[in-house]
Amino acid sequence: MTLGIYIHVPFCGKKCAYCDFYSVGWTKQRAEDYTEAVLRNIRHYSDKAQTVDTVYFGGGTPSLLTTAQLQSIINEINGSFALDGAAEITIEANPCTLTPQKLSELRSIGVNRLSVGVQSMRDEELRVLGRVHTAERAEQAVLDAAAAGFGNISCDLMIALPDQTAESLRYSIERMTALPVQHISAYILKIEEGTPFDCEEIRGRLPDEETSAELYLEMVRLLEERGFAQYEVSNFAKEGFESRHNCRYWKCLDYLGIGPAAHSCYKGKRFAAERDIDGFIAAPFQKVTVTDEAPCGFEEFAMLRLRLREGLSLCDVGEHRAEIMKKLPPLVKEGYAQTDGERVWLTAKGFLMSNSVIEYLIF
Amino acid sequence: MANDKIRNFCIIAHIDHGKSTLADRILEKTETVAIRDMEDQLLDNMDIERERGITIKARAVRLKYTAQDGEDYIFNLIDTPGHVDFNYEVSRSLAACEGAILVVDASQGIEAQTLANTYLAIEHDLEVVPVVNKIDLPSADPERVCSEVENVIGIPAMDAPRISAKMGTNIEAVLEKIVTDIPAPKGDPEKPLKALIFDSYYDSYKGVIIYVRVKEGRVKVGDNIRLMATGAVFNVVEAGFMDATNLVNNGSLEAGEVGYIAASIKSIGDTQVGDTVTNDEFPCDEPLPGYRKVNPMVFSGIYPADGAKYGDLRDALEKLQLNDASLSFEPETSVALGFGFRCGFLGLLHMEIIQERLEREYNLDLITTAPSVIYKVTMTNGEVQYIDNPTNYPDPALIQVAEEPMVKASILAPSDYVGNIMELCQDRRGVFKDMKYLDDTRVELHYELPLNEIVYDFFDVLKSRTKGYASFDYEMMGYVPSKLVKLDILLNGDVVDALSFIIHTDKAYGRARKIAEKLKENIPRQLFEVPIQAAIGGKIIARETVKAVRKDVLAKCYGGDITRKKKLLEKQKEGKKRMRQLGTVEVPQEAFMSVLKLDS
Repeated sequence: MTLGIYIHVPFCGKKCAYCDFYSVGWTKQRAEDYTEAVLRNIRHYSDKAQTVDTVYFGGGTPSLLTTAQLQSIINEINGSFALDGAAEITIEANPCTLTPQKLSELRSIGVNRLSVGVQSMRDEELRVLGRVHTAERAEQAVLDAAAAGFGNISCDLMIALPDQTAESLRYSIERMTALPVQHISAYILKIEEGTPFDCEEIRGRLPDEETSAELYLEMVRLLEERGFAQYEVSNFAKEGFESRHNCRYWKCLDYLGIGPAAHSCYKGKRFAAERDIDGFIAAPFQKVTVTDEAPCGFEEFAMLRLRLREGLSLCDVGEHRAEIMKKLPPLVKEGYAQTDGERVWLTAKGFLMSNSVIEYLIF
Repeated sequence: MANDKIRNFCIIAHIDHGKSTLADRILEKTETVAIRDMEDQLLDNMDIERERGITIKARAVRLKYTAQDGEDYIFNLIDTPGHVDFNYEVSRSLAACEGAILVVDASQGIEAQTLANTYLAIEHDLEVVPVVNKIDLPSADPERVCSEVENVIGIPAMDAPRISAKMGTNIEAVLEKIVTDIPAPKGDPEKPLKALIFDSYYDSYKGVIIYVRVKEGRVKVGDNIRLMATGAVFNVVEAGFMDATNLVNNGSLEAGEVGYIAASIKSIGDTQVGDTVTNDEFPCDEPLPGYRKVNPMVFSGIYPADGAKYGDLRDALEKLQLNDASLSFEPETSVALGFGFRCGFLGLLHMEIIQERLEREYNLDLITTAPSVIYKVTMTNGEVQYIDNPTNYPDPALIQVAEEPMVKASILAPSDYVGNIMELCQDRRGVFKDMKYLDDTRVELHYELPLNEIVYDFFDVLKSRTKGYASFDYEMMGYVPSKLVKLDILLNGDVVDALSFIIHTDKAYGRARKIAEKLKENIPRQLFEVPIQAAIGGKIIARETVKAVRKDVLAKCYGGDITRKKKLLEKQKEGKKRMRQLGTVEVPQEAFMSVLKLDS
């Protein structure tokens, strides 16, 4: 079985107003110490017989690491594991950090997939989100990336933003899909507790439930129209450009996470590293907490698989098959799910209600 | 002790008028309880009784009192239930006494319940001794209350002791009144044994303890006694009395005395309240008058919220029944609620008490169905059926005549609220009988009301429309023909059996609409749209819809962190446990309960 490696790079130049992921301020020293610690950890988990076919630098803002730092990490993975020559190596990047220079360097060290935090193509929306870039800057970054030879570019898109309308969403999608991108990750904004967005002022400006649902369905329609097929609740790709790394998550395949707050599903356990950059730097190996001793039981497996458009194979559910078949007809009738007798998958309308649909189906 | 030194009496009072406090003071003054052992309101020993300030089961306590005439007297204080549901138990307790102390609140005056029980006492030839309590309150008006007692009940009251049970003021006057006004018991200890059972309870060591008033003859340890209604014979193990805290086995009881008998009786069903105890070898000719078997009047389905607790519910009901022969139950199955019990109660309060005890003492989470009365249905073939469960209501085409039980209701309230009360009674299909002024500000109204109109929420609504001032009492008056229909509630097109009920045709439409609205409020929006319909036969008479949710919160699984998703899933799973799954519809237990209180 192959392995995916996730490197969590927790540095951000500026924290976005809606974000509650683990991130800390960047300093040169910290970035150096952090890189050393990542290398130590890779060596710690070293297994030369293990083929690694996806690497994902997530964050945070991984593009804040220098090319040399990123290269040392890729080299260490190559030295400690069997890194597949055709491995998918992704880096998330803030448009502002993507200069033509940086882009060609990234290409040269083997990064072949770029995930750009565009979020919106309207400046007023970007300002509300607390992003530092403009739509024009994002556009330029993507064009530069393509020019540097990136043929697998993903853009993030956020929907149900404060004051967002169907019209402004369509504008963002049209402008984004006109660029040389092959993949779009589209998230419905969720207000996280304790973030600057967790306030009356913002909540009052959010589209209501009905409008949010319509925005989502409209987005799915527009993206599909432009050749981006929905393959997961939040992910759309042109044929052959589905994120191989992210699919590991939904398919219960192994991934090893390194870095503060990184999650893993590796060697039969789920575990998470401490949310503590200093601890990560100081400790010989990252301190982890096991969150699940026996992952991928039926409920979890079904929950994750049903996030994928390909859905759940009825061959994989064993004794639950009859129960699922019995519960399906009303879901199909309401347009939440479809089946061909072999598999069950959710429609876009079903994805919107996936918590409830999955609960109904598996409990 | 000679009979002329014995006084058997009870206390009649409205809730909160101070019965238990007075009883405590009497216990204290007669030094039946050492002061240090005094706990507030000793006689009420169930939590619920204390909290609600009502007495559920009768108790009897023996006290010694040295009167001003220098003689020692034995007082037997028999505590009576205060509520109409226990009317029969009250009547049996009264039958064990020669007198009753009528406690009236000096600021509030007479209430409906007090009146009913006082009339009952007078019917039983008891000497009624009025006492005006709470004279320490600033709003106390003892003169007005005394004249109200004289006008309304027609007994002299101007010399009634003015007391404050709370402050301990003037309690001696009450004790002296008991000696001078209440007659000593009669009865010949040499005649065959004849004793009245007025209460019983189950003791896990001694078996059933029966409380008796010996009318004739005597009973002693070793005697074989026969309970005349059931015919059961037992050997007496203990005979004695109860002081404030203990049973005192003094070997025998004789005519005029009140006390207890323990005879290794296993089932409380053998010891019917009102039954006569006699000697098996030398029986009396005929039992004491007035015995009847008590029958439940109000029925309701009781289900565990968690189906797995069915066994626990059964055990709890069995235990409660050990001490409460008037509680009946049998297994019942509902498509909507699963396995549960059809329970029969003496009345509304009894039902509430049982539900509360099940929840509180046995820690059960319950779903109860709308209370039903017993309908009398004569079929076209002449057969008569008594229906206490709407599910069993026959096809209307086969019914010749349907009848419902009626009650005579009496309501006492300040005259300001007459309009509100009349409106309420009118709305509940009441037939106005008469109204009289007790004094310048208080009225008593009499109505005939269908029992099924008061089993829902009548008392609650009455209270809210009279700012809590009205008191209410009722007695059964028999069956009258009525235009009844069965109303079904459908969720997503399927009848929910637990929500069906029987109702008068004229009320069906309004009730149907209210229930549909309540259900809409209480059924959360979910994956599928939930059509709510109310129907009579096949005809839909009300409809609401709970719209489907459009969008869940789609938590991101960033970087392979699925812990939030899993937590959410666990939370949903827990939440689902509190729901009843009816087809595709998830119904929270509150929805079942919400339809029980429509006007409040």
